[in-house]
Amino acid sequence: MSTPKKLSLAAVALLALTSSMALAADKNGLGESVGLGQPITENDIKAWDITVLPDGTNLPPGSGTASEGAKVYAEKGCVACHGEGGKGGRSAALVSDLKLEGAGIEAAKTIKNFWANSTTLFDYIRRAMPWPSPRTLSDNEVYALTAYILASNKLIGEGDTMDAKTLPQVKMPNRDNFIIKFPDKI
Amino acid sequence: MNDSKRRTSGLESLPPVAGNGLLDRRALLSRGIAIAGATAAGASLTGAAAEPLKDDPWSGHQGSNVPELETRSRYEDKVKRILSNPNGEPRTQHARTPHHMLNGTITPNPLHFVIIHNGTPDIDPDKHRLVIHGLVKQPMVFTLDKLARYPMVTRTAFVECGGNSSPMFSNQPVQATLQHLHGLVSNAEWTGVLLSTLLEETGIDPKAKWFVAEGADTATLTRSIPMQKALDDAMIALYQNGERLMPGNGYPMRLLLPGFEGNMNVKFIRRIKLVDQPAMTYYEARNYSPIIPGGKAYKFYFHNEVKSFITHPSFGMSLKEPGYYEISGIAYSGTGRIDKVMVSADGGTSWAEAALQGPVNPKAFTRFHVPWRWSGGPAVLMSRAWDDSGNRQPLRQEFVAARGETLKPVTNTLGFYSQHYNSITSWGIDAKGEIKHVYA
Repeated sequence: MSTPKKLSLAAVALLALTSSMALAADKNGLGESVGLGQPITENDIKAWDITVLPDGTNLPPGSGTASEGAKVYAEKGCVACHGEGGKGGRSAALVSDLKLEGAGIEAAKTIKNFWANSTTLFDYIRRAMPWPSPRTLSDNEVYALTAYILASNKLIGEGDTMDAKTLPQVKMPNRDNFIIKFPDKI
Repeated sequence: MNDSKRRTSGLESLPPVAGNGLLDRRALLSRGIAIAGATAAGASLTGAAAEPLKDDPWSGHQGSNVPELETRSRYEDKVKRILSNPNGEPRTQHARTPHHMLNGTITPNPLHFVIIHNGTPDIDPDKHRLVIHGLVKQPMVFTLDKLARYPMVTRTAFVECGGNSSPMFSNQPVQATLQHLHGLVSNAEWTGVLLSTLLEETGIDPKAKWFVAEGADTATLTRSIPMQKALDDAMIALYQNGERLMPGNGYPMRLLLPGFEGNMNVKFIRRIKLVDQPAMTYYEARNYSPIIPGGKAYKFYFHNEVKSFITHPSFGMSLKEPGYYEISGIAYSGTGRIDKVMVSADGGTSWAEAALQGPVNPKAFTRFHVPWRWSGGPAVLMSRAWDDSGNRQPLRQEFVAARGETLKPVTNTLGFYSQHYNSITSWGIDAKGEIKHVYA
């Protein structure tokens, strides 16, 4: 029974989509596509396609631990902005026990007290760090730094290995504390 | 009867429509001839006779050569953006629009606000590429050249940082100009290709619920946006007020999401990936999720909600003498078209409806005006806007109850305290004509 139901739902979704696409075509007043885009394969987009999704989709192969991450943290000069042990410097602290409670709307949003998804950490380090030369770290180095920050915040064990399988399973403490402001727009 | 008496009686016969000297928004339009007649009869509005006129030095010889690219009069060199990080230290840079020194609705390109997280990239337009991939039928790459051949649309839209007006969360009113308080919003005419036009070409897999937009800046800024917006009014903008985008505003192409918080309008856009879930990128995971009283936080705020503020008069100006002034300001809403703006001169006790300068475009600045006769006594000027989706600008008390305020007064106007303030801005005027920022 479930298969036909699924199929019919898919058909409805497709119909809805087709009608919105028809609307898009009307906006152009052409009724057909212009056709000046150049086809490309996903394989040729790989160098840019570094977005990681919260369920772990698109995490690369590789792994790292906190002790490896501590070495990378020192070698790559992370300390210059984020301070000894990630406790903060001219840029935000990566390791902190500051609480949201009692601090009002000015509360410092830390990785531990605020971020809902562990994958955000990997994605942002890989695309934006180190600040002067982003996207120069290997995937293993990014996994190691992620493990180092998570372990220093006591969100994983000191010896835990972070990889495509373990990272998305890390439960961030504040994950259920968000309200979607405009659900009808999603 | 002398001239000054005749004029006074002309102004006094204008109908006040709300307390403390607010006049009907149509008053001077319909009575223009009568006022002109009074003025023609003799002296200036202050009663003092004007100096006799003679030629000025600049009228007596040939002026300067016309340049290829016009620049402003040297007398206007104070009209600049305020920079938060002029030396480019390794952190975000902000440039704020001086709304108190501008008029009309269009923000000139060199004064459009900018926020950039790792410097402005120097992009060669011939080498820049936009790729659309992920949950599509056929991934495609577009060059600027090719995009410029697509059907273009032009629309006016404001872009506002999700954290604009953050100093207004201060528990005490911050004494600062509009540029400090509300400078992270600007309004321009944008021309480009609708994203739906390009998606028609790539096709859409029905599993796609979001798209991830990524910039070509150093930090490859990334945001997740619902597909609903992609098929509505999202645009790949190529032109800003008729010319190619300014580098700080995303040259050579940016995502424009009319009415959605600035950070989502990804600049230097190089990649759009259709996905089945939001990526929860750094900016949506942290910065643009405002904390609300009680410790919970909003996520996916999307909209810049309906808002207005008075630009003339405002903090930093002073009223030199009692008499006629025009109160004017800006209203806008990310959820529609401005429907109505009400103005008060007595701290919210009574309100007069402002005239809206047309055309009133959706998700764009609308300028409002109210004629006002200042008695020379204390006054508190406020504006409040409504949009055509039924949203109204909240009063400060109700806004603070829902969204909170800081525990200590804000001293750094360039910092961020929660996000998205859209309540009222009030200007207190004392008997000397000095203007202060007040909460009313």
